[in-house]
Amino acid sequence: MTQDVAVDISLGWWRKMVEIRLFEEKVQELFMQGLVQGTTHLCQGQEAVCVGAIGAMAPEDYLTITYRGHGHALARGMAMEPAFAELMGRSTGCCGGVGGSMHLTDFSRGLIGAFAIVGAGLPVAVGAAMSAKLRGTDSVALTFFGDGGANIGTFHEALNMAAVWKAPVVFIIENNLYGEFTPVRDSTPIDDLADRAVGYGIPGRIVDGQDIGAMHSETLAAIERARAGDGPTLIEAKTYRFRGHSKSDPAKYRPEGELERWKERDPISLLGDKLAAAGHLSPDDQKAIWAETQMEVDRAAEQAASAPYPALEEIEDYVYAS
Amino acid sequence: MSMPADAPARDATEVTTMTYRQAVLAALDDEFAADPTVLMMGEDIANSGGVFKTNEGLVERYGPERVRNTPICENTFIGLALGMAVTGMRPIVEVMFSDFLPTAADAIVNELPKFRFMSGGQCAAPVTVRSIGGATGRFGTQHSATGESWYLQLPGLRIAAAATPQSAYGLLRAAIRDDNPSLVIEHKGLYARKGEVVRGDAGIAEIGRAEILRPGSDLTVAATLLMADRALAAAEQLAEEGLEIEVIDLRWLRPFDIETCAESVGRTGKLVVAEEQYHHGGWGASLISQLTMQGTRWQAPPRAVSLPPEMLIPYSPPLEDTIVPSTELIASTIREAARTSGGAG
Repeated sequence: MTQDVAVDISLGWWRKMVEIRLFEEKVQELFMQGLVQGTTHLCQGQEAVCVGAIGAMAPEDYLTITYRGHGHALARGMAMEPAFAELMGRSTGCCGGVGGSMHLTDFSRGLIGAFAIVGAGLPVAVGAAMSAKLRGTDSVALTFFGDGGANIGTFHEALNMAAVWKAPVVFIIENNLYGEFTPVRDSTPIDDLADRAVGYGIPGRIVDGQDIGAMHSETLAAIERARAGDGPTLIEAKTYRFRGHSKSDPAKYRPEGELERWKERDPISLLGDKLAAAGHLSPDDQKAIWAETQMEVDRAAEQAASAPYPALEEIEDYVYAS
Repeated sequence: MSMPADAPARDATEVTTMTYRQAVLAALDDEFAADPTVLMMGEDIANSGGVFKTNEGLVERYGPERVRNTPICENTFIGLALGMAVTGMRPIVEVMFSDFLPTAADAIVNELPKFRFMSGGQCAAPVTVRSIGGATGRFGTQHSATGESWYLQLPGLRIAAAATPQSAYGLLRAAIRDDNPSLVIEHKGLYARKGEVVRGDAGIAEIGRAEILRPGSDLTVAATLLMADRALAAAEQLAEEGLEIEVIDLRWLRPFDIETCAESVGRTGKLVVAEEQYHHGGWGASLISQLTMQGTRWQAPPRAVSLPPEMLIPYSPPLEDTIVPSTELIASTIREAARTSGGAG
């Protein structure tokens, strides 16, 4: 799949996935130090889904993401420092420190919402897509959510409305096999969530979420379809999170060997190996990039930590627009 | 999407007598004409002028792209409106019965009021939710709530309640123009009520300002919606008995005009709240609490006329009439309070 895109694009994806992986490693560390508090939801293991899909977006497109959104924000071009600062509740954070880990938002990049309520991002994305259409632009919207989100009412309602109105939107299920602690099989009576597209008369596509090339090309096709006025697509990315649901979850509910099997399909290794085999990125080059990125991560976290907490007067203006 | 060439200019002020229903339509019409990013969504809003005929002619005038029927899914179409609002549109949604608002509780509680805040002020969310509420229509237990106090605990969400044709016009226009999300409650029992309406920009209500419907020096009544209408009728009856009752139509429950209420009660020393809702947990209890905490010198204990605390609204016509505070009940409560002297402290 990756041979379809230019080598430098693949290299960019690989670097970005490494950045996200190390960013989230750092988040764990900062959490232990008490610099990040509350909760965090890591996407380690799922990096190809957000990097591949978001790589297919145009600059003026919109996206909504979820509480598991560090990877998406970075993939959309948010710098690490404002992301770290947000997680640390600092005034230099992308949301001035009031949002935190679950609400990484950046309107300048079309990242119009990060939701801590399962399913809440879908209607908003359909609204942004309809707005783009009504304003006569050709922007589309992407909305990411988990397998758990495919069981809440807004999933069904939003797919229905988007289909009826031919909204230029792409729905992306990140099926990582668990809705919090519960296996998909215990909460959902079908194996392929993409099958639900049939009920709304739209295409449903299944993608290997560990294969970034596949993720990219499938999303690109859905975006092109939406942009052409042919309406929404539902994409189910089959993926896996290497960590538990959130900070406090050691994921002991996983059957033995499952994590190890999925780690063999680590999206970073899969793409790295391909690039190495094609002579574009040697193992030594990869090592150097890991080290270089680690330094960038450390520097960004350090800078973020040196920023002040917001003052109460500062955040009062956030409640009402004047 | 473009503005119709024959869009009427509505900046000129005119005063006309119209019904509350016509006032809603006039507000919508004027905002649709003034701003091409205004659109409206809801269930059956475009067909035959909407279920309560408040939208007559809008789809013909502004087209089906701007006056859009939706599937039955309040939570999603309000969420959709939010997505539109943060990307350059100014959507209005109609909720056919206030009783349906809780099906959209996530959109109303977690999304609309919090969206700008959580983003660190990166966006504005100018969504107007028009919700049609209120009893007396024999609509039964699940189609009769006003819902006016259900969402009082949400900084970020403006709440307006229209008691008169002028309010129906002015509050709605103010809400649509404001860059913040608003919930505007209309009372279906008032749609046929006639009154003078200042139409045009001069008729746009000031956000957060209550209106004194009738001045008086003996006692203050604070009310909303149909209860304001009935309180006014009660005050007129009582004037014949020599009592001068001041009637305040609150108009906005957020921001709440405590100043107007405090000033009035400062003069009268007596208060009756008239509310088509339960007293516990509603704006009436909150108003009495705030005034008391401000040190109001009550000349009589404040009283509330509201729905019976442990009774739901029944269909049966004579029973519905018993449950919903009548003009007579409001008048008798005012009379008792006005004749009481010596306050709570």
